[in-house]
Amino acid sequence: MNEKANMLYIESMSGGDVDFEKELIAIIKREYPKETKIYFENFNSKNYKLAADNVHKLKHKISILGLEKSYVMAGAYENNLLEGKITLSDDFETVLNTMADFLKELN
Amino acid sequence: MNCIIIDDEETARVIINKLCSKFNQINVIGDFPNAMKAIKFLNVNDVDLIFLDIHMPDFTGFDFIRTLKTPPKIILSTSDPKFAIEAFEYDCIVDYLVKPITPERFKRAVLKAETKTISTTDIKKNNETTADNHLYVNIDRRLIKIDIPSIYLVEAKGDYISIKTEDKNYTVHSTLKKIADKLPEHLFLKVHRSYIINVEKIIDIEDNSVLIKKDVIPVSRSNRPELMKRLNLL
Repeated sequence: MNEKANMLYIESMSGGDVDFEKELIAIIKREYPKETKIYFENFNSKNYKLAADNVHKLKHKISILGLEKSYVMAGAYENNLLEGKITLSDDFETVLNTMADFLKELN
Repeated sequence: MNCIIIDDEETARVIINKLCSKFNQINVIGDFPNAMKAIKFLNVNDVDLIFLDIHMPDFTGFDFIRTLKTPPKIILSTSDPKFAIEAFEYDCIVDYLVKPITPERFKRAVLKAETKTISTTDIKKNNETTADNHLYVNIDRRLIKIDIPSIYLVEAKGDYISIKTEDKNYTVHSTLKKIADKLPEHLFLKVHRSYIINVEKIIDIEDNSVLIKKDVIPVSRSNRPELMKRLNLL
């Protein structure tokens, strides 16, 4: 998908409040690994309904990091999972990797 | 407006808190990762507005709304627009925010909350589904359903109340006033500052006390006339 994450939404929220930006990023960094871990556990166990719930929650972070196209794809993937379809799983994993790389770069 | 935030995602709670901080008229008095913790808080606190996530594990936002007898104004927040139609069924829901919430959209929601009044239809709808039939109480992080007509006595015990039913007794962190608001007036009466009784369960009355099951309950002088009015005296 080659979409790049960005800080535009977080900056629009903070209004220049750097402490808030740091707080929010710290929370995202803390929640993100837990949420992806649960997603992979459910996906690998073929608990697709639960995996869809996990994708649903991750969608918020995808949107916060400005990944608009990925957000749309994740919505489609969530619906697919509810029907037991996993064709978009690789694309979703790519998005997760993009997010993880971006979060690693942030202080 | 005193408000609370209910969302299982901390990121979302922090964002809504930040958005609220830009409005002097909004005072966030609590935020909760699940509905059960919020219900416990609401048992002893009144709020004017709730920011509520729909998609939460175990107990959804709509499940939560159905437990409220007199719901305050509610602004829903979700990553999924497909629940919007269901949201229109509740008059207490003043707006529906799709995440990520922008400051401009949030401002419009707050303005709606300030101007909207909740119709009595919604309150009645919730009363029909909760007060007339059952009540949910939070005990050890579990929401336990109690059949209201089976309650025969409620006793205040400091920060807790003891609810006695035909089958079981429950100790709940709440106040007598809070539960009185949830119980139907035609069935329940406060006979003393520490006791509410189910008038249909009275066995006999003697001087300044009533016998309910095996409990002898004092009746204060000020509450006695109302008790006597309720009885079908020969």
